[in-house]
Amino acid sequence: MKASLRRLGLALAAPVLALVVAFVVTSIVLLLAGDPVVAVWTQLLTAPRPRLIVGIINGASVYYLSAIAVAIGFRMNLFNIGVDGQYRIAAFAAAVFAGQGWLPGPLNIFVSLLIAVVVGALWAGIAGWLKFSRGVSEVISTIMLNAIATGLVSFMLFKVADSTTGSNVTNTKLLPPSSRVPGFALISGTPNKVYGFVLLAILVGVTYWVVLNKTRFGYDLRATGRSETAAVASGVNVKRMVLTAMLLSGAAAGLVGMPLLFGQDFSYGTTFQPGLGFAGIAIALLGRNHPVGIAFGALLWSYLEQQGNGLQITAGVSSELVFIIQGVIVLAVVIAYEVVRRAGLRMEQRNVARQLSSDQPGHHLPEGAPV
Amino acid sequence: MAPAVELRGITKRYPGVVANNNVTFSVRRGTVHAIVGENGAGKSTLMKILYGVQRADEGTISVDGQPVLLHSPSDAIAVGIGMVFQHFMLADNLTVLENVALGAEKLHGIGDRARAEIERISGEYHLDVHPDDLVADLGVGKRQRVEILKVLYRGAKILILDEPTAVLVPQEVDELFDNLRELKSEGLTVIFISHKLDEVLSVADSITVIRRGTTVATVDPTSVTSRQLAELMVGSELPSPSTEESTVTDRPVLTITDLALVSPDGHGILRDINLTIHAGEVLGVAGVEGNGQAELVEAIMGMRDPSSGRIWLEDVDISDWHTREIREAGVGFIPEDRHRHALLLDAPLWENAMLGHQTQKPNVRGLWVNASGAKADTERIVAAYDVRTPSINVTAHSLSGGNQQKLIIGREMSHAPRLLVAAHPTRGVDVGAQSAIWGHIKEARRAGLGVLLISADLDELIGLSDTIRVILRGQLSGEFDPDVVTAEDLGSAMTGAV
Repeated sequence: MKASLRRLGLALAAPVLALVVAFVVTSIVLLLAGDPVVAVWTQLLTAPRPRLIVGIINGASVYYLSAIAVAIGFRMNLFNIGVDGQYRIAAFAAAVFAGQGWLPGPLNIFVSLLIAVVVGALWAGIAGWLKFSRGVSEVISTIMLNAIATGLVSFMLFKVADSTTGSNVTNTKLLPPSSRVPGFALISGTPNKVYGFVLLAILVGVTYWVVLNKTRFGYDLRATGRSETAAVASGVNVKRMVLTAMLLSGAAAGLVGMPLLFGQDFSYGTTFQPGLGFAGIAIALLGRNHPVGIAFGALLWSYLEQQGNGLQITAGVSSELVFIIQGVIVLAVVIAYEVVRRAGLRMEQRNVARQLSSDQPGHHLPEGAPV
Repeated sequence: MAPAVELRGITKRYPGVVANNNVTFSVRRGTVHAIVGENGAGKSTLMKILYGVQRADEGTISVDGQPVLLHSPSDAIAVGIGMVFQHFMLADNLTVLENVALGAEKLHGIGDRARAEIERISGEYHLDVHPDDLVADLGVGKRQRVEILKVLYRGAKILILDEPTAVLVPQEVDELFDNLRELKSEGLTVIFISHKLDEVLSVADSITVIRRGTTVATVDPTSVTSRQLAELMVGSELPSPSTEESTVTDRPVLTITDLALVSPDGHGILRDINLTIHAGEVLGVAGVEGNGQAELVEAIMGMRDPSSGRIWLEDVDISDWHTREIREAGVGFIPEDRHRHALLLDAPLWENAMLGHQTQKPNVRGLWVNASGAKADTERIVAAYDVRTPSINVTAHSLSGGNQQKLIIGREMSHAPRLLVAAHPTRGVDVGAQSAIWGHIKEARRAGLGVLLISADLDELIGLSDTIRVILRGQLSGEFDPDVVTAEDLGSAMTGAV
């Protein structure tokens, strides 16, 4: 019990430390720039209004899916930078299909989700296959595939763009109303609703946790991530595992755009939110690949963005300041986790040594020996 | 005359580990001084401190009576201390001259002056090293002499040799010792680290014993026996491997026929491997490292595809099987590098106890991990195999090497194996764990397992095996009978001298 409390304390120490560092560094940046430090933090740290709370939750649900997609790769020591390209191409494909309204309401939604998952998986699968068959680093191939995905989607979007609306915005055909996912009026005091697909994010998080921690497959995947050589010796087919993990990561990435598509935009167009895949990398790092940690990370990310929107008005500081804070948090958290990990390891080794030496009086160390 | 080197109260703390505590001893000039102790006793840390790689938390080092502060290896070389590491640091594709001059170009240049200096040193100490030989063409013994020459070239008067005999066969060891005697007769001082007691007794003028990080005694080799020294080293009764009466049956467990393995660049790693291990038989494979034993093990375990030949487990052909199928069929595996191949260091013990058996009961139920079953089984292994740990939830990293190895053996013996493939099972473990591990191997043999034992420790091989074969350049020798074979015979076969 005491040991697990300590472990929890250690787990929390790193993010708290990183937040403190981010606070200090950002304040220094503000001071150097001659901006009002107090006004900025007042704006960022006051309780958000109901409308913003809804925005925070909605934004977080999208980030959460993205971070889970990245985390699947991370647990296997695969760095899937390509979530960005995977979610775009998957969202585009799903939007094109769903917009046709060939199938009745819920079935249309379900099949569109399936298309998003499959397209995301296949796009990531290209990188997986290259690594499986040719040993190409997934870092390189997914970066390239991001660029290709962006170009491909722009090109295709132009081909299938819905020209009836007559505006400058280019987008796919709007979803039929029966295929839109209704939101929940969770927060009182605002007409804005929380995406219905918040449930999808939760479902994906739970599935991620169960599959990784409770199944044989998850054990194999984690073992491969921890030590590829040991996994090979234990009988894991590591190459196949690389391909599988990449497909799963891409499948999850395919879902990233779904809350936006079915809960807000109802089409895929040039204004569809970009950069979600890269935010996912940062949030997965922040959340330590843990489904609950990632949830907090996603909420924090979304919180900073929503609160940052008001910076220009209340403090006269550009809302881009939030990017500085986010960047510092990620850098600090990576360092803090390593520091805390080593401290934890030392603590555990010391504990084991102490418990063993007190268990066996016959084996005690010479007097004055450091324990 | 002031001692060449004197250490007083050297203390070095690492988190959780006793590295060095109040180490005190002095080394007379012109002698070979041995530092002995078990693996993990703190010898390597001590030598790193003396060579400036690590800094002590407390204590002083004096050279020729003058206190010195060693912050880096260059400080150590400046006061005349040089180190020959266990793993050679030579560039294969360079000549001896280039290797020796590398990094010391300021001393004698890189041309004829350097060549002349190398020849002078080689002649003076009878090292038989030629400046224009390509290092790639040299044998292990000669490479070691190049390392020694490298250190002398840089002006060392005090040489530290870290386990220099670990890589040598008996004949080469004798040559090395002749060289060491030569060095000391010229007034140089040698600090010789080892845990092989017979060697130490034959070459050292003085012996300091280290146990659990501290110096327990400095003794005169003429007045102690190897057994007394060993008891100083471990502080308890000594185990020794010895087989009981034969349990060998005529039922083959593992049969390998005409196995060959060719590397991607086309040269042969294994050739014409034929062997049979019967139930109740321990087949020992001796050999200098790098002669194909690691590849042989990987081929049997399905981690490498053999180029030709068949491997049979009892009467089933497993040549094309995947590692997982082979393990499920009842092959236990103790890999030679447990950190790389047998453990997930950051994972708790109970997850480590599943590794390699993550498809077998009680670790899983269908496609699901059975955590309670796996934990209960780990508790059983920890108790039955005397794994010293406060809990099965600590990470594998926090255990000592011996306890890690006992966990691995416990886990491999827990799934009804028919064959046990054990590569260097007692490497890097303390004497207590060593004897326990030997016990478990003998027990496996009595229980009717076939055991393939790969080891570099000839005593271990002779003590445990029913049959010994030697592997040299990817080929297996004929059979040796461990009851009559000597270490010298095996040594000759290991170098191809016969």
